[in-house]
Amino acid sequence: MKIENEKSFDEIAEKEYKYGFVTDIESDSLPPGLNEEIVREISRRKNEPEWLTEWRVKAFHHWTTLEQPQWAKVEFPPIDYQAVSYYSAPKRKIDAPKSLDEVDPELLETYEKLGIPLREQEVLAGVVAVDAVFDSVSVATTFKGKLEEMGIIFCSFSEAVKDHPELVKKYLGSVVPYKDNYFATLNSAVFSDGSFCYVPPGVRCPMELSTYFRINAANTGQFERTLLIADEGAYVSYLEGCTAPQRDENQLHAAVVELIAHKDAKIKYSTVQNWYPGDKDGKGGIYNFVTKRGHCRGDNSKISWTQVETGSAITWKYPSCILKGDNSVGEFYSVAVTNNMQQADTGTKMIHIGKNTKSTIVSKGISAGRAQNSYRGLVRVQETAENARNFSQCDSMLIGDQCGAHTFPYIDINNPTAQVEHEATTTKIGEDQIFYCNQRGLDTEEAVNMIVNGFCKEVFRELPMEFAVEAQKLLGISLEGSVG
Amino acid sequence: MALLEIKDLHASVADKPILKGINLTINPGEVHAIMGPNGSGKSTLSNVLAGNEAYEKTAGQVLFDGLDLDELAAHERACAGMFLAFQYPVEIPGISNMYFLKAAVNAVRKYRGQEQLDAMDFLDLVEDKKKVVKIRDDLLERAVNSGFSGGEKKRNEIFQMAMLEPKLGILDETDSGLDIDALRIVSDGVNALRGPDRGFLVITHYQRLLDYIVPDFVHVLVKGQIVKSGGKELALELENEGYASWVGEEGV
Ligand SMILES: Nc1ncnc2c1ncn2[C@@H]1O[C@H](COP(=O)(O)OP(=O)(O)OP(=O)(O)O)[C@@H](O)[C@H]1O
Ligand SMILES: [Mg+2]
Repeated sequence: MKIENEKSFDEIAEKEYKYGFVTDIESDSLPPGLNEEIVREISRRKNEPEWLTEWRVKAFHHWTTLEQPQWAKVEFPPIDYQAVSYYSAPKRKIDAPKSLDEVDPELLETYEKLGIPLREQEVLAGVVAVDAVFDSVSVATTFKGKLEEMGIIFCSFSEAVKDHPELVKKYLGSVVPYKDNYFATLNSAVFSDGSFCYVPPGVRCPMELSTYFRINAANTGQFERTLLIADEGAYVSYLEGCTAPQRDENQLHAAVVELIAHKDAKIKYSTVQNWYPGDKDGKGGIYNFVTKRGHCRGDNSKISWTQVETGSAITWKYPSCILKGDNSVGEFYSVAVTNNMQQADTGTKMIHIGKNTKSTIVSKGISAGRAQNSYRGLVRVQETAENARNFSQCDSMLIGDQCGAHTFPYIDINNPTAQVEHEATTTKIGEDQIFYCNQRGLDTEEAVNMIVNGFCKEVFRELPMEFAVEAQKLLGISLEGSVG
Repeated sequence: MALLEIKDLHASVADKPILKGINLTINPGEVHAIMGPNGSGKSTLSNVLAGNEAYEKTAGQVLFDGLDLDELAAHERACAGMFLAFQYPVEIPGISNMYFLKAAVNAVRKYRGQEQLDAMDFLDLVEDKKKVVKIRDDLLERAVNSGFSGGEKKRNEIFQMAMLEPKLGILDETDSGLDIDALRIVSDGVNALRGPDRGFLVITHYQRLLDYIVPDFVHVLVKGQIVKSGGKELALELENEGYASWVGEEGV
């Protein structure tokens, strides 16, 4: 007695990517390829000061001496870096739009399809400020005025270079140096745009700041650069969310995010990542190689990363905290979902340097289909870090029996006063659990959603409310049809 | 119209034939008991009825409330009013019992074209049903069946049944693992749910349960077939004589 009412695996896997559409806007792109001239051309097109051009060029030359790292538990064909176009900006008039009315209507439509109601948000004053990034160049920034009154700078990276070069110069590369790693170095050479935020001493940013990224122009690599500084006693909560249109060829994404928290400052950085994951056979999908790092520079500072990763064919990402200030706190809350042929190798690094530093790691990996999901985390306690504390919890959930979950915890303790705890569990959503839910009236998708959301509860709790709702929906979409 | 009509039902598990031609009709308002030795196919029958895909129906027909069960997926059978109190309820970590129940109640209501219950209405319903089947508040807050004692799991099953108000309640050895007081509470709960429109299929090994939940009919299931049917006195008879006359010396 085979019941056909449940949606089958294939049926859902083949379901078109919800956000799979391509906007028809002419791109002003550089030809594919990477050399010093291209790097200089990017800088020239962006009218950058010389120091930045030279910084890029140094990064480029360093990059040519590096090899792509192989240690992550992900497999993919070699990337032809010369086939990638490193710059793409939507064509626009000489001066940038001053209000949404001046923004290309087609662009706005795209945002609407993605569920980003910019107009509405402008009306719903004071909830979220959006520095929307289309491809590589900012097209609209809202709430800037209001934030400016408080001394908060929130703008595109390019604008920051123009208007606040001293801040950019002071902080750029101070957390993730251009020599940091293969992908960060590449980003340093060719980064196109991104977001910049500076919150002055004692100021509490009154709204969640958010950026929506999306990849568009075909075969264009994405190299976002984000720099966020919370000065003494400041607080800021930042949301990053992204979705990408369907593509056939693989797309390279190598972003860098640097956070700096001075004395008594707090930064909360939340991400929902939903880049195109490829089809069920692993065709297409984004290669996502991200370097995210926060520096708790001052005493009593705190940096908290929360991420919900459901997209990308390959995810390589380790949002980390350097706990330099005494009593500083680092947190990492993560949900990583992989389905079909997706591969994720993600985790965090907590580097304890200051006294009484504390870190918490909660990682939830969910694997379905033939996907591979790895947690890779490092907890390092330096000699100087008296009384450091770490608690790590890494839970994996398997859906079906063709997927894999792996945990690679590295612990490096150089101070005997450290207390480090690590817990790990692996559970499987069993047919019997699903049947139990079915027998109570829930269909298989509802059942999987419920079980998975229960599993991720501790992480969702850390997300800002409206983001948590979105994240739960995303999880549902990502796992549709994984059982049944 | 019969509530449940099983006609010549055959079913296999892992390609092994277990049910070999079951015939059984339950009318609204009736309580039927099934007794039988271990491994005779009682849980198989309840799983096949509830639509567990691990069990394969190989022949026959089952009509539930006039609907052919072949046409309904497991969750649709539940929504249509079939409830199975499991012999071994599974644990679902991370989901509170209350949350689970609310989702279940609303899924069933949606299927039946009824309005969704909001949190307040739902809590009222819970308070109401707690009078029928006493259940501790902390069990409602905890994750579904997680770390529940055997008896607590069984009581939770009956509480869920009360919440979902099914047309047919299938109780698979709900009495095993219950202490004497719990047995009475659970039985009282079931009796309170008895009514002219509702039927029960009660699987048990012990005549004692049938003192509390008095059946209209008792059936003996042996080696996948109903070998004898009778009134409630048949249970007493079995208690005295066992199944020896059907299974022989070697057991099942
Ligand atoms: N998944 C399975 N794989 C193989 N055999 C199974 C499976 N499930 C049940 N069986 C077999 O089917 C037969 C009937 O099992 P069932 O659980 O229906 O018995 P039961 O009458 O409920 O017994 P009990 O009184 O012990 O609960 C048993 O021999 C059992 O071993
Ligand atoms: Mg049984």
